[in-house]
Amino acid sequence: MYTQALNSSDGDDRGIEDAARAAAFQARIDDDERIEPNDWMPAAYRKTLTRQISQHAHSEIVGMLPEGNWITRAPSLRRKAALLAKVQDECGHGLYLYAAAETLGTSREELVDLMLSGKAKYSSIFNYPTLTWADIGTIGWLVDGAAIMNQIPLCRCSYGPYARAMIRVCKEESFHQRQGFEIMVTLCRGTEEQKAMAQDALNRWWWPVLMMFGPPDKVSQHSDTSTKWKIKRFSNDELRQKFVDATVPQAQFLGLTIPDPGMTQNESGNWVYSEIDWAEFNQVLAGNGPCNRERLAARRKAHDDGAWVREAAAAYAEKRKARLLAQAAE
Amino acid sequence: MPTPNTPLWEVFIRSRNGLAHKHVGSLHASDATLALQAARDIYTRRGEGLSIWVVPSNAITASDPSEKGMMFEPAESKIYRHPTFYDVPDEVGHM
Amino acid sequence: MTAANIKVSETPLVLYALRRADDALILGHRLSEWCGHAPAMEEDMALANMGLDLLGQARELYAYAAKVEGRDNDEDKFAYLRDVRQYRNLLLLEQPNGDFARTMVRQFFYAAFADLYWRAMMKSSDPTLAAIAAKSEKESAYHIRHSSEWIVRLGDGTEESHRRAQLAIDDLWAYTGEMFAVDDSERGLIDAGIAIDPGTLKAQWQKTMTSVVNEATLALPKSDWMQQGGRSGRHSEHLGHLLSELQSLQRTFPGATW
Repeated sequence: MYTQALNSSDGDDRGIEDAARAAAFQARIDDDERIEPNDWMPAAYRKTLTRQISQHAHSEIVGMLPEGNWITRAPSLRRKAALLAKVQDECGHGLYLYAAAETLGTSREELVDLMLSGKAKYSSIFNYPTLTWADIGTIGWLVDGAAIMNQIPLCRCSYGPYARAMIRVCKEESFHQRQGFEIMVTLCRGTEEQKAMAQDALNRWWWPVLMMFGPPDKVSQHSDTSTKWKIKRFSNDELRQKFVDATVPQAQFLGLTIPDPGMTQNESGNWVYSEIDWAEFNQVLAGNGPCNRERLAARRKAHDDGAWVREAAAAYAEKRKARLLAQAAE
Repeated sequence: MPTPNTPLWEVFIRSRNGLAHKHVGSLHASDATLALQAARDIYTRRGEGLSIWVVPSNAITASDPSEKGMMFEPAESKIYRHPTFYDVPDEVGHM
Repeated sequence: MTAANIKVSETPLVLYALRRADDALILGHRLSEWCGHAPAMEEDMALANMGLDLLGQARELYAYAAKVEGRDNDEDKFAYLRDVRQYRNLLLLEQPNGDFARTMVRQFFYAAFADLYWRAMMKSSDPTLAAIAAKSEKESAYHIRHSSEWIVRLGDGTEESHRRAQLAIDDLWAYTGEMFAVDDSERGLIDAGIAIDPGTLKAQWQKTMTSVVNEATLALPKSDWMQQGGRSGRHSEHLGHLLSELQSLQRTFPGATW
């Protein structure tokens, strides 16, 4: 779901590419043609996409953890089924995205190893803890809401397998945000305690969610190449503004207060938010968020604990192949 | 130690009887049986399918995009293969 | 203040539905604990699918129990406001996940039974139970397929996987007898054609066990000592912890709607 903050590219090693092929490639992009796995592409395009798609995939997989934290405590069977289905979807989305990244020539295992070793990034939003049930509502409402803003343009991304994966993801995710908002509506119509729980969750998640869109345009590097290659179609600030404008009326409907006393509406109707604390964003990105270590540790544990299972399946497949060969030889 | 690779499979699904199987995505599995089960668990969760094929990705032989000219352009000039190439008087009606 | 336990009038049919509902909920809950932690993404998807099947079964059975009981209980009151002594699930299903082998063996033991059970229950003279059976049978048929394939791979995979799978079989075997037990409250339902006698399924179940376990190069334990108690609320220590997690919000905020 969540890639905007991670956009970056390697526009610099383009000098080594054959200029004519690069020009033809750019012409195809400009013509809105899709690039497919076996097509020639600049090394930097391949590298940028591999990184962006795999970071997107890592985000889906790590993103299972904060919400997964509440599956066993969901307060009704209906909520439990919906949450399990939602977190399962995120696993599926990670899987589709790794598959899209693999078409660029790096195996899923290698990409996952990069994440587990801490070398690859994932969306910083998942380094925040889910403390109450209202966090599950808030994640669906805001985190998935932000993700949708981000992902819809990616359905038209120039790289075919990524665009196709995103179409599938967007289709499946259409229930995620509604699921979260419904939880919020229920809490806000509930007891005083429940309403306070909802407000508290909004207070904690609001600013990290705005950070999901990535650094402000004035300092965002590399966007130019990604835009030129039609990997990215809107700037970080454009998407962030769109999200804020869509969300403020929803918060008003819920009777919740956005934790930004300085927020005003300008004459064109846009909600102008206060300065974002980018120092916090940079700290979380650098590994110092409240849950960075736990998230990685949980993923590593699942990976390590599963090693003997994967080995068993591989060993069995080898044995079966050998048996079939032996049978055929008889 | 790097994680060993588990084979990659391509998944094709027939969504309704009467339609052809269509490529929907990929997955990793150590053998064909597990690949088929995984395809069911991953790609048919919303009632998308009635039939599944899984094919080892390395069993697919693909045409080379750089040979697009040789492979596909010669067909483009054979416009007489299409019904619209031929004139049939309007009075004859649909043919 | 915490929310109090509900009272349930456990007439034979209410109790019958609750027992099967609790089976499905508790096993579904256990499977849901895997979400995000499975050995591979493909298995994460599979375990969640099975968990969702079971949650769905539980909800239908609770709804039916509530209807038959005719008080103001509902699926959530049954799930969230009964304590350990009121739960009626099989001991097997509350056993902790352990490693993947243990989860698969538990699934295999139960699904092999559930598949036969639901297929037989499609002929129940109770139309609601027959309808639930028709839906559940298709789900459990897949669960037995999925878990059998894994039993074979784990048993006939590596030395380590073989050892883990055998240990799980040895540890969980004593919980399988309870699936075939019948008490007085069920006897009347069986006589009325509402329920089936699970004892009649045992030979077929045993056959599945033997054939899959043999193929997996594993062995079934010789011991025929079987633990009992889940059906009357005498559980293992594990269930209390599961429920304290499952019920935490409902217990902390009495009467709230979620």
